[in-house]
Amino acid sequence: MSAELTLEAHAAHHPPGMIEGLPPFVVPAKKMAMWLFIIADAATFAGCLVAYGFLRNGTPNWPRPFESMTNAALMTFILLTSSLTMLLGVRAAKASDRPAAFRWTMITTLLGIVFAALHIREWLELIHQGITLSSNPWGSPHFGAAFFSITGLHLLHVTGGVIVLLIVGLGYNAGRRNAEDMEVTGLYWHFVDLVWMFVVPFVYLLNMAQ
Amino acid sequence: MDAPDVNTPGAATRYTDTPARYYVIYACLLVLAGLQFFIATLHLDTSAMFTRMLLVAIVEAGLAVMFFMHLWAEKRGWFLFVVVFTVFVMLAMQYGWTDSNRMETGAPYTLKTGAAQQ
Repeated sequence: MSAELTLEAHAAHHPPGMIEGLPPFVVPAKKMAMWLFIIADAATFAGCLVAYGFLRNGTPNWPRPFESMTNAALMTFILLTSSLTMLLGVRAAKASDRPAAFRWTMITTLLGIVFAALHIREWLELIHQGITLSSNPWGSPHFGAAFFSITGLHLLHVTGGVIVLLIVGLGYNAGRRNAEDMEVTGLYWHFVDLVWMFVVPFVYLLNMAQ
Repeated sequence: MDAPDVNTPGAATRYTDTPARYYVIYACLLVLAGLQFFIATLHLDTSAMFTRMLLVAIVEAGLAVMFFMHLWAEKRGWFLFVVVFTVFVMLAMQYGWTDSNRMETGAPYTLKTGAAQQ
């Protein structure tokens, strides 16, 4: 199929629903696959957060161990900023500005690494205070399980995102990846940011010491 | 509304939005995130605090999905599929809340006695 062929011209020669090579909803196949993954992953995170809310709502002595908002605020700022740099990277890739796209993607990767490092440092502090998956010094043992499960799942997504950003960014710079790959990677990275918008208030801010 | 260019199969979708819009949405997201932290400092009960934070988070997520992920600029069929399907799944997960309230309040059953309340 010629790259110059428009959808309309293509459709004129094929009956609806019989067009080979054209994905449903007129969304490119890679992007559609990523959106479907995002919907499924959103359901996974929503399931975790609902289960956490269920436990928290049903547990009278739920602990509120967080003394300071500084770390959560810093992590939020870093992740939001990384979404902006990802957008700029994708935009540069679409404009075929390879050096700029590579630069913004690597900045995004660096921000992701800083976020993960802050997260791991926080985990180590909490583990040092006695929180495990099955116990903690303050009350309901469910707290440790819920906290580490939800933030761990998110951290896993960030780590995976950083690896994919490196692969796609380097591949794009070397000419092995195209702008569509950058766009699809960007979708995933924005989703990781989006999930954090729900994790912070429910897992951190609602558990601030009062 | 931005119109995606889907005329070239395999190519990245081209949107007509500008970096200025990105910066505005980014600033809005920072403000909304700050609002969540501000709400955490208010002396509200957990239920009221949760409701406010949830509303802010939904607005944040909406902005991110529509403008950072460009869902707003996609074809209407795809936009509707993503939104309707996702919202339906999210809402379907909420059926267990009454049972978590039962654990807290003991009605109609209580964990303390294990007996049904009359």
